[in-house]
Amino acid sequence: MEYIPHTPEDIRRMLRTIGVPSVEDLFRDIPEEIRRGYRPLGLPGSSEPEVRRRFQELSRRNRALVPFLGGGLYDHYIPAVVDEIAGRSEFYTAYTPYQAEVSQGTLTWMFEYQTMICELTGMDVANASMYDGATALAEAVLMARRIVGGDRVLVPRSLNPFHREVLATYAHGAGIELVEVPFGDDGRLVLEDVPEGTIALVVQQPNGLGIIEDLSGLKERLGKAFLIVSVYPIALGILEPPGSFGADIVVGEGQPLGNPLSFGGPLLGIFATRKEYLRMMPGRVSGRTVDVEGREGYVMTLQTREQHIRRERATSNICTNSALCALRATVYLASLGPEGLRQVALLCLERAHDLAEAIQEIPGFELALRGPFFNEFAVRCPDPEGTVRRLQRHGFAVAPPEFVERMGVQDAFSVAVTEKRTPEEIEAFVQALRGD
Amino acid sequence: MATIYSKGKAGRKATSWPRLRRSLDELLGYIPEGMRRRELPRLPQVSQGELVRHYTALSRMNYGVDTGFYPLGSCTMKYNPKLHEIIARDPGFTELHPLFPEEAVQGILEALWQLGEFLKGIAGMPGITLQPAAGAHGELTGMLLIKRYFEDRGELGKRTVILLPDSAHGTNPASAAMAGFRVVPVPSNEEGTVDLKALEERLGEDVAGIMLTVPNTLGIFERDILTITRMVHEVGGLCYFDGANLNAFLGRARPGDMGADIFHFNLHKTFSTPHGGGGPGAGPLAVSESLIPYLPVPQIVREGDRFTLSYDLPKSIGKVHPFLGNALVMLKALAYILTLGDEGLREVSTGAVLAANYLRVRLREAYRIPYDGLCKHEFVASTKGLGVKALDVAKRLIDYGFHPPTIYFPLIVEEALMIEPTETETVETLDAFAEAMLRIAKEARESPELLHAAPHDTPVRRLDEVRAAREPILREPWTSQG
Amino acid sequence: MVPKELLYTKSHEWVKREDGTVRVGITDYAQKKLGDVVYVEFPQVGTKVKKGEAVVTVESVKAAESVYAPVSGEVVEVNEALSSSPGTVNRDPYGEGWLFVLKMDDPAELEELLGPEEYASIAGEG
Repeated sequence: MEYIPHTPEDIRRMLRTIGVPSVEDLFRDIPEEIRRGYRPLGLPGSSEPEVRRRFQELSRRNRALVPFLGGGLYDHYIPAVVDEIAGRSEFYTAYTPYQAEVSQGTLTWMFEYQTMICELTGMDVANASMYDGATALAEAVLMARRIVGGDRVLVPRSLNPFHREVLATYAHGAGIELVEVPFGDDGRLVLEDVPEGTIALVVQQPNGLGIIEDLSGLKERLGKAFLIVSVYPIALGILEPPGSFGADIVVGEGQPLGNPLSFGGPLLGIFATRKEYLRMMPGRVSGRTVDVEGREGYVMTLQTREQHIRRERATSNICTNSALCALRATVYLASLGPEGLRQVALLCLERAHDLAEAIQEIPGFELALRGPFFNEFAVRCPDPEGTVRRLQRHGFAVAPPEFVERMGVQDAFSVAVTEKRTPEEIEAFVQALRGD
Repeated sequence: MATIYSKGKAGRKATSWPRLRRSLDELLGYIPEGMRRRELPRLPQVSQGELVRHYTALSRMNYGVDTGFYPLGSCTMKYNPKLHEIIARDPGFTELHPLFPEEAVQGILEALWQLGEFLKGIAGMPGITLQPAAGAHGELTGMLLIKRYFEDRGELGKRTVILLPDSAHGTNPASAAMAGFRVVPVPSNEEGTVDLKALEERLGEDVAGIMLTVPNTLGIFERDILTITRMVHEVGGLCYFDGANLNAFLGRARPGDMGADIFHFNLHKTFSTPHGGGGPGAGPLAVSESLIPYLPVPQIVREGDRFTLSYDLPKSIGKVHPFLGNALVMLKALAYILTLGDEGLREVSTGAVLAANYLRVRLREAYRIPYDGLCKHEFVASTKGLGVKALDVAKRLIDYGFHPPTIYFPLIVEEALMIEPTETETVETLDAFAEAMLRIAKEARESPELLHAAPHDTPVRRLDEVRAAREPILREPWTSQG
Repeated sequence: MVPKELLYTKSHEWVKREDGTVRVGITDYAQKKLGDVVYVEFPQVGTKVKKGEAVVTVESVKAAESVYAPVSGEVVEVNEALSSSPGTVNRDPYGEGWLFVLKMDDPAELEELLGPEEYASIAGEG
């Protein structure tokens, strides 16, 4: 077949060199009863045109609605250069850059990515990606515990429910209890006490309900516990970064940076911390150094934190990460520049507020929370389920009522607006809401 | 090479955006003053042409499967089919949000379900989860499943130990430790396989399970695999199989028939999805009947001709991924399986094992092969006795146009070179590699300085890793945040 | 040759008896095997350790090795100078490259350690 080049003659030659009469002799080390037990799938092979057609059929059975929908993943415009560059096979067919001399392409963009993430988040060091924002959050909590100890973590009720679920799974495995922190009518975190044995306070910015949290004054109230902030990176184009407020670790879902919605994967886990915690940080990092001729180059460094050296004492078990998605984020940020990122963020802010204001004009519809928001907000109405279905019939998708219900907001659905939502789409969305 | 930050200047841009209607002041008014960004992040300011030239130049400093051979043991760097890239770029898949209503995503749900069914068949096991985003993630998920299994039986307090061979890949003990288990190594015997006596001594009611790689990291199939799994089951423990080496017996044997209770796949190894410079991969997990109740939710189920997400697993460990796993990666693996079919799957292991044994036999005249019997898809050679380190041979191979094999792994072989050619290399490439290795062995004797100074012609030569670790510079040193 | 006035462990630590305390480092054999030291991870001063427990981790580019307590006791001093020059462990393993000082619980435990000749034969030296 087309991926396996061995002709019958090649096979004969190799068998001769090896010194066995047949291919079956190469597998006699697998116990016969196991080999006899094998059951084929009942699947014939297919040619490329046939497989391609099959996937076209599968693709056509999906219907991409217009996403007025966030829930942790956002539909942002991806500049053409991103696909072009990430599509170069020297990037996507490359292995992890353990052999630095033949991997300067990968190691250089990793270094750029690390710099950009630090700039966005206001932190000192960043790794070259985790799987996604939810597992990055879980790993941040585990890292915080390694440093300050403790057995419980404060988690806002307004944390994205999918992130909370993943955190809960990891926490259970590690013997860590989740303690809920409520929010007020404005949707913002209300921190009361910080109990004994607290590892960290987790804050999401903006939070799962879209509300912009006030990060000032939090770190000071935590004693030795960590402040872990999970961010929406586009919002950091116009929001002051968590580093300015004393955050110890910043994580987040990086998908909005140059990666499509992808039906939820692959995603991009952002992870950044302060320089004093560098050696406790999980994940790969690219470091600048010089070669034997004094030329500047990059190499994977501080590998002694990682699993292949420390094994059970490693900072994490992570090996494969989300590199290609991080490359896309790097090219995205490089192509936007600081003004472009701000412009995108402002467009999101403007269009979201245009829509929110139009919605509030519709009788029976109101914003569920009073607080300031970036581009996502919860809408309360008499029949949220019916409204969501009506929107779907018109080709619009929003986050279903159960999404905000799991964060404690009743009778509402959640809407997100990005720079990709045109004034025409917004107008049509409003009409659909009205039920015209 | 300099980073993108050395290019461009203030005022340049590579993209353009629609205009705002409202004034900046009005818009910033929506953000509380204390939360408004005071200083813009320092990002490159380049024209589109500058940007493209920069990243194109970077790409040309990279080696990839599309540029040459990667005999990396334990990585299975096989050819990445281009059809898969086209499929995974289709907006009919990429523009789907996982929270779209089910009726809008039937096509992709069917694709993922179908992949799950095929993977169950390949594993010979009845349960599957597609959520883990990588092999190590699958391992952690497996460890959490084991924990929940014993929790459900009231035995968690006593089942504290996970056994693993001393040849195990580092993610294995790291994953077990992350789940709260204590890791106990089991030594290998002189044949490189698990020492049954040592295993017996260590087995007891405190053992939650064993983590095995089959074939092991020396490329040797555990002939006593059925005995090993039986012994562990007899003390009530579970068997986790790391599927990184599935290329060795794809289409010929099933872990479910070897006694595995949990088995992870590395789609970016066995199933040809690209490595991407380090990721993303995917690490779906197959499980035996007794572990199905604990699988992550949701599961994709088929009801007639509809596909739906089921959360009906009350004892589930919960989610290990925010959504369904790395969907776009999984589409590529599905395309691969559909293309290969049963015959093709078998041809994979044929080709992989042929190529590995062929190289083993060709290299043995110059390199020590500590375990020199029939291997599976990979084997380990050593530079011991040649007077040079594995590192030096590796760097000299670069001068010959090859990516080095895996070096210094597994830990139980000194100066190890782990070589896995995969089934997608022509015999001409294998011969060229063997010839290069034999010449390097000769150079090691006659002119070792060629090895010590290698590589010679790459964009950078050997880098000062000591300096990189002593004074880590992990970002451009200026900062906009003062 | 290994310094004659020191005691040794099988895990390649050297031990210098001081007044009620012992100063501990790694031997020349160990530093050679490890390669260039890039970082040393210390415990908090005041930490109590049992004989055989890992106290410090010494890292090179490719390895992270534990250094074990030769006797039980309390960590009273760590060599902070190594943070800025970890290479001292390689350059002067028996002198300025010392790692930590323990206040001994039971000086009798010193008798279980190896003398210079015994250690030298393990480390394959003269």
